[in-house]
Amino acid sequence: MFEILRKSLATGIVTTDYPLVPVEMSSQARGRPEIDFANWRDARPAAAACPTGALACEDGGGTRAVKLDLGKCTFCGLCAEADPAIRMTNVRELATRHKADLVTTATYELSPSRAQEKLLDPQPSNVKPQLPSLDAIGAELKARANEVLGRSLHIREVDAGSCNGCELEIVGLNSPVYDVERFGIHFVASPRHADMLLVTGPVTRNMEMALRKTYDATPAPRLVVAVGACGCSGGIFGQNYASLGGVDKVIPVDVYIPGCPPNPYALLHGILLAVGRLRL
Amino acid sequence: MNILPTLQPILADLTARFDARIAAVVAPRPNEVYFQARMELVPGFCAQLYKKWNGRLVSLFADDARAQDGAFHLYYVFALDAAHGFFILRVPVSAAQPQFTSLTNALPAVNWQEREIQDMFGLKLEGHPNPRRCALHDDWPEVYPLRKDFDLHTVLPPFTGERHKFREVEGEGVFQVPVGPVHAGIIEPGHFLFSVAGEPVLYLQIRLFYTHKGTEKLFENMPVTHGVRLAESISGDSSFAHATAFCHAVERLADAEAPPRGRALRTVCLELERIYNHIADIGAMATDVAFVVANAHALRLKERVLRLNDQLTGNRLLRGMAALGGVRSDWDAAQIEAIRRFIVELRPEFDSLVGMIRESSSTRDRFETTGVLKPETARDLGVVGIAGRASGIDRDLRRDFPHAAYDGLSFTVPVYREGDVLRRMQVRIDEVQAALAIIQQVIATLPGGLTRVAVPTLPANQVALGYVEGWRGEIFHWIRTDEAGRLARCKIKDPSLQNWPALSEAILGNIIPDFPVVNKSFNLSYSGTDR
Repeated sequence: MFEILRKSLATGIVTTDYPLVPVEMSSQARGRPEIDFANWRDARPAAAACPTGALACEDGGGTRAVKLDLGKCTFCGLCAEADPAIRMTNVRELATRHKADLVTTATYELSPSRAQEKLLDPQPSNVKPQLPSLDAIGAELKARANEVLGRSLHIREVDAGSCNGCELEIVGLNSPVYDVERFGIHFVASPRHADMLLVTGPVTRNMEMALRKTYDATPAPRLVVAVGACGCSGGIFGQNYASLGGVDKVIPVDVYIPGCPPNPYALLHGILLAVGRLRL
Repeated sequence: MNILPTLQPILADLTARFDARIAAVVAPRPNEVYFQARMELVPGFCAQLYKKWNGRLVSLFADDARAQDGAFHLYYVFALDAAHGFFILRVPVSAAQPQFTSLTNALPAVNWQEREIQDMFGLKLEGHPNPRRCALHDDWPEVYPLRKDFDLHTVLPPFTGERHKFREVEGEGVFQVPVGPVHAGIIEPGHFLFSVAGEPVLYLQIRLFYTHKGTEKLFENMPVTHGVRLAESISGDSSFAHATAFCHAVERLADAEAPPRGRALRTVCLELERIYNHIADIGAMATDVAFVVANAHALRLKERVLRLNDQLTGNRLLRGMAALGGVRSDWDAAQIEAIRRFIVELRPEFDSLVGMIRESSSTRDRFETTGVLKPETARDLGVVGIAGRASGIDRDLRRDFPHAAYDGLSFTVPVYREGDVLRRMQVRIDEVQAALAIIQQVIATLPGGLTRVAVPTLPANQVALGYVEGWRGEIFHWIRTDEAGRLARCKIKDPSLQNWPALSEAILGNIIPDFPVVNKSFNLSYSGTDR
């Protein structure tokens, strides 16, 4: 007993000060890819190297449309290996409220040799979020719900078919290093006790009904956070006979957290974003 | 035929005994020998290898070869640990009469694998004691996803949730306790049905494959290089081991070998994966008996490993590091120094954690004699990995089938016979200590040169078996290429698939409150099983 206390005292406080103090990431860590759009000549090799189709291009009528979808990206960095115009940064806190915010598009005019000659949009940027389908009253209700929930939040984690990589990192939120309880956030055992579902994917055919039932058992107001490339979009599994794709194919999603898997900082960022404690 | 000298006597015995009934023998690699025969030979062949040569059936799967050979093929993969080789028996199953004979009554270890073949290929099982669906749930239409004429993107009618007809356990005071698929903890989905009389568990039925994602079919539809990334998502906690097993299979098929430095770095990554998972499990087992302080320290140490992984490979789960022909990136002096410092710092911390758990008599009391898996049961069920070594099964591919850089390293394989939770924890403790020593040895003698060789275009119509001892147990990837050198089949065997039925045995007679710790002491992967 005294030995245990002594060890705890000797260990001291190991908890991070995030989000008050920004994250210090290893320079090797791979996060959001950065593309030098202005000097990009050919997106095709990088798109061919991408295992999930996060980087895709389509030619038509002398132009090429290039799309980078962070919701599909596993941050493997193969595109950056194939193409010097792409560089992997170590930025991993990438959660957004709207799926469209995860997508960057650029259109190029093509030369006869199919090289990208001229960038047509002056500044490739995130696609602007479409107006939320919720009407004004709904949105206001939601904001108030966030206000109420923001002080203390109970989360039910649902694995709707993941590879368990996301679970491994979510478990880390309960470690003394990230200690999610310091925000008044608790993981609970039943959806009936939960304000938020933290859902990993892809949603498999065999988990679809369990996910729906869990959602229905969660009292309103409730939030849904889709975790990881698979939760956001189906990831490398995409849609197939056994996989329906991302979580929003089955239940409405409030926040998307990219990553494969997202690290605990990225998860915290997304959860805090969902309850309105962070502003974009 | 170029085969290992240790395999020669076994081959001679089999050919003498079965002679004309073996249609062909080929050895694409010295430790991988293929036999072709008819279905009738399977029981005799199997019995001979088990009884005389101490062999074991480590993987059983089907392949749709109707286009080339007009038949399905079944592959029975036997490991001959003492002779360091694999004997693989291939038998045809007629497309006109798609059925095969079950071995489960004689060899319970193949129960789930046989049923999976029935579900995924539509080959009907003859003589199986429980031929119900396993991989596809009860409401699935009559589809056979791994047949070649089934399209990956087939849209099936939505899940209706038809309840599986579990076996009934009857008697006065017998209750059923259903758990899952959504569990109370942060774990993967699966359904457990306990039949209890009072507290003790009379019977446990396990229903899995909730996370079936069509992974094996997906391999057949993507380029080999993308397959490495898909292999990382078979079971997230074994990302590197699975990806390396896949690379190993491809390299063997293409006759390319990773260079010494690449193999050394692979070894370090495999051991780092072992360390962080073992530490996490030790902590989680402590939590399950309410010793949460130990878990807090364990999670702190695990975080330390994940951050080192990030620094070494750019990803906390070592993703993106595996590559065909070696590993993707080399480490500079600073990174190697970080590993060295990590070992020096982790060792006393880990020993202190172990001491803390060991000195807690109430914790030990909960672990000891809990969830016993008897050595005989473990052998019958073909249990592998940690759970096997805690129940007297002295097997480790790192020692018996050296891959990566294990052939030049010295380490011991911990084996206990009691088979309880305490011993499954002890195997992990011993293995973390061994892993630290292994990494130290590798770093001390790190070869120079390249970390990766180019893997040539894959030859057409070839097969190869890749293997890795992951932290949980042995992982096999078997691949076949088609006439254009593309992947036509990738069979993944995760140790979890083999070990799940053992959990049902280990829990018998224990009380339900002990289930979490017994389950955690196995810590099997749902995703690795379901794929």
